[in-house]
Amino acid sequence: MPHDYAHHSHDHSHEGLSPSGHPYRADNDEPLSYWQTMEIAMRELLIEKGETTAAEISAQIDLMDARSPANGAAVVARAWVDPAFKARLLANAADASREMGFDIGALQLIAVENTADTHNVIVCTLCSCYPRNLLGLPPDWYKSRAYRSRLVKTPRAVLREFGLDLPEGTTVRVHDSTADMRYIVLPAQPAGTDEMTAAELAELVTRDSMIGTGVPRSPVSQPE
Amino acid sequence: MADPERVRVKTMMPPGHVRTPAYLRGKTGWIERRLGSFGNPEELAYGRKDDTRELLRVRFSMAEIWGDAAERPTDTLDAEIFAHWLEPAEDAPHAP
Amino acid sequence: MGGQDAGSVDFSQHDFALWEKRVDALMIIGSARGHFTVDGLRRALEDMGEAAFETMTYYERWVAAVNQNLVQAGVYTLEELGARMELVKARGATYGEAADG
Repeated sequence: MPHDYAHHSHDHSHEGLSPSGHPYRADNDEPLSYWQTMEIAMRELLIEKGETTAAEISAQIDLMDARSPANGAAVVARAWVDPAFKARLLANAADASREMGFDIGALQLIAVENTADTHNVIVCTLCSCYPRNLLGLPPDWYKSRAYRSRLVKTPRAVLREFGLDLPEGTTVRVHDSTADMRYIVLPAQPAGTDEMTAAELAELVTRDSMIGTGVPRSPVSQPE
Repeated sequence: MADPERVRVKTMMPPGHVRTPAYLRGKTGWIERRLGSFGNPEELAYGRKDDTRELLRVRFSMAEIWGDAAERPTDTLDAEIFAHWLEPAEDAPHAP
Repeated sequence: MGGQDAGSVDFSQHDFALWEKRVDALMIIGSARGHFTVDGLRRALEDMGEAAFETMTYYERWVAAVNQNLVQAGVYTLEELGARMELVKARGATYGEAADG
């Protein structure tokens, strides 16, 4: 899964990095905080009162861990190779995602399509709504005050901070997830990829391109 | 293609849990699509589950929301607004 | 929050701590059990006010909101919570020790 770092150029050593490539949070050794104490107490009380079990909690964590942008990338790639699927995706993105076998629960999903002259980008100004049942948990920046406050007013300036400079003549459409709908951007298929398979295309689809703060990668040209 | 219905977001400012963003109060836009009925979040926030309301996606131009501060007047913003927060706006500009 | 001035976007990203994943799981499970909805959580977050956004992390605010909703739904009492939190603290000084008791 390609990384979505706009400006990171340091070398990764893989000492002390988790499987996703991020720095480890040393949970178990960190000093216990008030809010962690609350979490432990809350969890134990819920189990004791029969509201849940330790197994159910672990299973829910595993379920969330299994959700990642790779799921969304597969949906996007299929839309690129299969026009009938793309039409179904744009009509009802939740049903189309379920067609591909993703367990997205009750998620209400709308796919918004980028075209030659339209670029879509998603935000939740009121909290941090995100199509988590398809893409997994949102990045920290998506939940930040900076992103949530500024994207609805100066989307082009914010997108430039992500390294995205849109062509002249592009219209930007911002989508604020204020109620029950969740959104995924269907990015435009990169040029020169018509011969690629869905699996190869999925490798080009970044998480940020499905939020709208990036565009898909271009294919790496083969050596002569 | 039918001319989308023009609407204005009400300017009322009740306290408590409302999902109509402050930056859209009083602004006019047009109905992009109707989404059907959903539970009213203002009631659900307090555990009351019986109140459903019609939800709509409304599209606004950036010029309408931010005036001269808009980067590009014809860029747009879409938000989901419950019907009880909208009133007709016959005097507003038509959708482009 | 939309339209207010704010600084540039910070791109740093940390892996989720186990306790944070547990908060998320309890949030999903609690709402699936019908004790509260996402709206109730959002309302509790809003009631914490602007200051909470500055002084608490994302998951600290969420565990506070989940707890508020559970107490309001009568799933446990504040007395039960308070007593259990004292017991948890007494197990040890780190998350690992306190969670495994």
